[in-house]
Amino acid sequence: MRAGVLVFPGSNGDRDLAVAFRAAGFDVKMVWHKDSSLPDNLDIVGIPGGFSYGDYLRCGAIAAQSPICRAVADHAGRGGYVLGVCNGFQVLTETGLLPGALLRNSGLKYVCRTVGLQVATAASAFTENYSAGDTVEIPIAHHDGNYFADDDTLARLHGEDRVAFTYLDNPNGSVQDIAGILSENRRVLGMMPHPERAADPVLGGTDGKAMFHALAGTFATA
Amino acid sequence: MQEPEITPDVIANHGLTDDEYANILRILNREPTFTELGIFSAMWNEHCSYKSSKKWLRTLPTTGPQVICGPGENAGVVDIGDGQAIIFKMESHNHPSYIEPYQGAATGVGGILRDVFTMGARPIAAMNALSFGAPDHPKTRSLVHGVVAGIGGYGNAFGVPTVGGEVRFHSAYNGNCLVNAFAAGLADADKIFYSAASGVGMPVVYLGAKTGRDGVGGATMASAEFDDSIEEKRPTVQVGDPFTEKRLMEATLELMATGAVISIQDMGAAGLTCSAVEMGDKGGLGIKLTLECVPQREENMTAYEMMLSESQERMLMVLRPEKEAEARAVFEKWDLDFAIIGETIPEDRFLILHNDKVMADLPLATLSGSAPEYDRDWVPTPAAEPLGEVAQVDAIDGLRALISSPNYAAKQWVYDQYDSMVMADTIRIPGQGAGLVRVHGTDKVLAFTSDVTPRYVRANPEEGGKQAVAEAYRNLTAVGAKPLATTDNMNFGNPERPEIMGQFVGAIKGIGAACLALDMPIVSGNVSLYNETDGEAILPTPTIGAIGLLAHSDEIIGYDVREGHQALLIGETAGHLGQSALLAEVFNREEGDAPAVDLVAERRNGDFVRDNRELIRACTDLSDGGLALAAFELAEASGIGVTLDAAPCEILFGEDQARYLVACNFDQAEALMIAAGQAGVPVTCVGRFGGDCFRVNGSEAPMDELSTLYRSSFETAIG
Repeated sequence: MRAGVLVFPGSNGDRDLAVAFRAAGFDVKMVWHKDSSLPDNLDIVGIPGGFSYGDYLRCGAIAAQSPICRAVADHAGRGGYVLGVCNGFQVLTETGLLPGALLRNSGLKYVCRTVGLQVATAASAFTENYSAGDTVEIPIAHHDGNYFADDDTLARLHGEDRVAFTYLDNPNGSVQDIAGILSENRRVLGMMPHPERAADPVLGGTDGKAMFHALAGTFATA
Repeated sequence: MQEPEITPDVIANHGLTDDEYANILRILNREPTFTELGIFSAMWNEHCSYKSSKKWLRTLPTTGPQVICGPGENAGVVDIGDGQAIIFKMESHNHPSYIEPYQGAATGVGGILRDVFTMGARPIAAMNALSFGAPDHPKTRSLVHGVVAGIGGYGNAFGVPTVGGEVRFHSAYNGNCLVNAFAAGLADADKIFYSAASGVGMPVVYLGAKTGRDGVGGATMASAEFDDSIEEKRPTVQVGDPFTEKRLMEATLELMATGAVISIQDMGAAGLTCSAVEMGDKGGLGIKLTLECVPQREENMTAYEMMLSESQERMLMVLRPEKEAEARAVFEKWDLDFAIIGETIPEDRFLILHNDKVMADLPLATLSGSAPEYDRDWVPTPAAEPLGEVAQVDAIDGLRALISSPNYAAKQWVYDQYDSMVMADTIRIPGQGAGLVRVHGTDKVLAFTSDVTPRYVRANPEEGGKQAVAEAYRNLTAVGAKPLATTDNMNFGNPERPEIMGQFVGAIKGIGAACLALDMPIVSGNVSLYNETDGEAILPTPTIGAIGLLAHSDEIIGYDVREGHQALLIGETAGHLGQSALLAEVFNREEGDAPAVDLVAERRNGDFVRDNRELIRACTDLSDGGLALAAFELAEASGIGVTLDAAPCEILFGEDQARYLVACNFDQAEALMIAAGQAGVPVTCVGRFGGDCFRVNGSEAPMDELSTLYRSSFETAIG
């Protein structure tokens, strides 16, 4: 099992994501943003939290134009798996791999706290160790996590069971409480909450661990 | 370009006294150039030279087997075993934050982070201690919003977890807020980088962001009182870019791993001047700089501007010349400037050239070593009048008054704006005593706290100074940590006033005595004086930042109270109400003496808590608001009620020191009592946890209602 974790100059959750993948049994390669190709034989690409290029212009907008993001788009186009967390979710919407956009939090302030989420679908390699309707506690930490999409897109996301997580108590104004969504082929997940920060019992919650183990299960049997 | 003429006005605008200017003439045996005058003023201002405080700072205990490097470098270095070291410091950014709250606070965070990674450490924890004016003062709300957003904006993007701090309000800060930023980093004990240059003809390299005109004269501004011309000082505040800082840190740590660095220094206050002089002086060398090589953001910058600019995210390094190509490649990888701007020279000389013209030619060691040092007049703070009669108040009413004050209400509104969990090693986030961060890849845990009670320091500087250290000691102890070392951030008014200097001297004496008795040496620190506006000084605020260590996360004392747990109070309660939170918040009286601090009892009771950690399910230190507030906070965090035994107000709200409140089950309580008897530590049962109300003296209130009040009052007042 091999995971690649992208490193932009302003990434700050890259190590955290790598640690969580490793704990689930992955061999992890760190991938520099100026590289124009991904390492061979990656099962999944992780796009970490942070402030990729300082979040200037718009969060994730400059990262979406980076050489490595073109390689990630090709990887996803070939049916590869991608997990984008926080800034990673913003990068995925900016590259167009996921629909919609992440706007400034409705409260206009940065919010860091552990929040309750509902698992909206268990039908993906990321969420299959949960059951739909499960409640999990996972930290958020962002200034721009207010998910927005037009009505047609929202209808499609729901119709195709592509909403992965919703907030129990919406912290940022996201439309329909959406916290994370899947791509059409269900192999790209973008989410604002940080499952990698809830994957170690010493730190408190471990509700995020199931995601990394589910992925490990998928690739171990693949 | 022709430099301005040196006139008495020009000298005064540089914050130099007549005597200081006369001294410059003696040293040079000629008139200084304009650039030279700027350099002297940068080196000799209070902020950089510590001229009023040095004499007293020298009296502080700074050594111990755990200390690898004490004060004098960018930050202090402490051994945490297994070949690892923790590097930390606290520093103020008060004056800039009042003038321009967002950028002032942001660059305060940036500065302290640079101090830590300059020495080879990756920052792993941050805290900040903030003091603002009265909640209803017209400026307070915007200052709080700006400062908190600035701290978050910088620290969150940089990627360091903020795990603790303080926020207080008092009308004495109406004209001067305090922003004290703390950072700690982790390094290998044998890979620490210092500032002393060595070797002649070694290249001096400029790293990081380009130099602009921002912050010119900032350190001099921060060495004066405010008056109504304050708005004109906005251009002296720097502008921060956390994205550049993050890259600078990564590049610097990568550079250090190549072996290219002989010495390195961040450019903080007084930028290029201070960093170059410091590296030369510590290495016994001269420095020659060629300013046209400095990466510049703006056109036609003068030598004066470049030498005094406080543009952020810059470092100065002395490079091993054979490693130049490797070093340059690291900075190119991170898209940062790398420019050789000078060299070390054998003679004692600070030589500044700009386009082949000599702009400054000064004796370097003298420039640094002859900074004035003052033995300022001081008068001891008069003994406080004894506290008069205090009426009894219904204990629930008293509690309500405390938890609805933004001083004692939950600070979630603040802490939610800081990323407290990035790096995925945070075990305890802010709001429950000391913050806890695991040492990455190990089982060790570091504890962080920041404390001071300015009311006490004003009433009795020496006891107040002791108390700040003692409270830090207790906060570390309450999580099970062994206190290791301390950083002090001394915020005071104008030291030229003997009564202010008396506060400073008293506080230093108390801090020194407590650090010695509790084995928490001072390893770094910062002094901020002239926190006055129109002659009104702040409360004396010597903020103590301290760290503690646990060998394993299993040793952490929890914060989890269960139904039926006994409430035990460790330590002696006499009922000291002088300068208490109850007196201030309920009666609007700030009277009486500060509580006395018995350092022997502090140490004994602290050791007792650590030695018996296995019997304790939850622990908190007693400080502001005494037993009543501590019991409420502990119960509230676990969502249950508490019943306290009947007692008068002074017992419930008194602020006697050396005390802890612990929760444990019945068997553990019994065992703890027996252990206490053997250790000679007073322990009394004061009530029990359980139910869904706060009950005392026949009154009760539902915890739900109190909890809502506690969690909403800060936002109601400030949000």
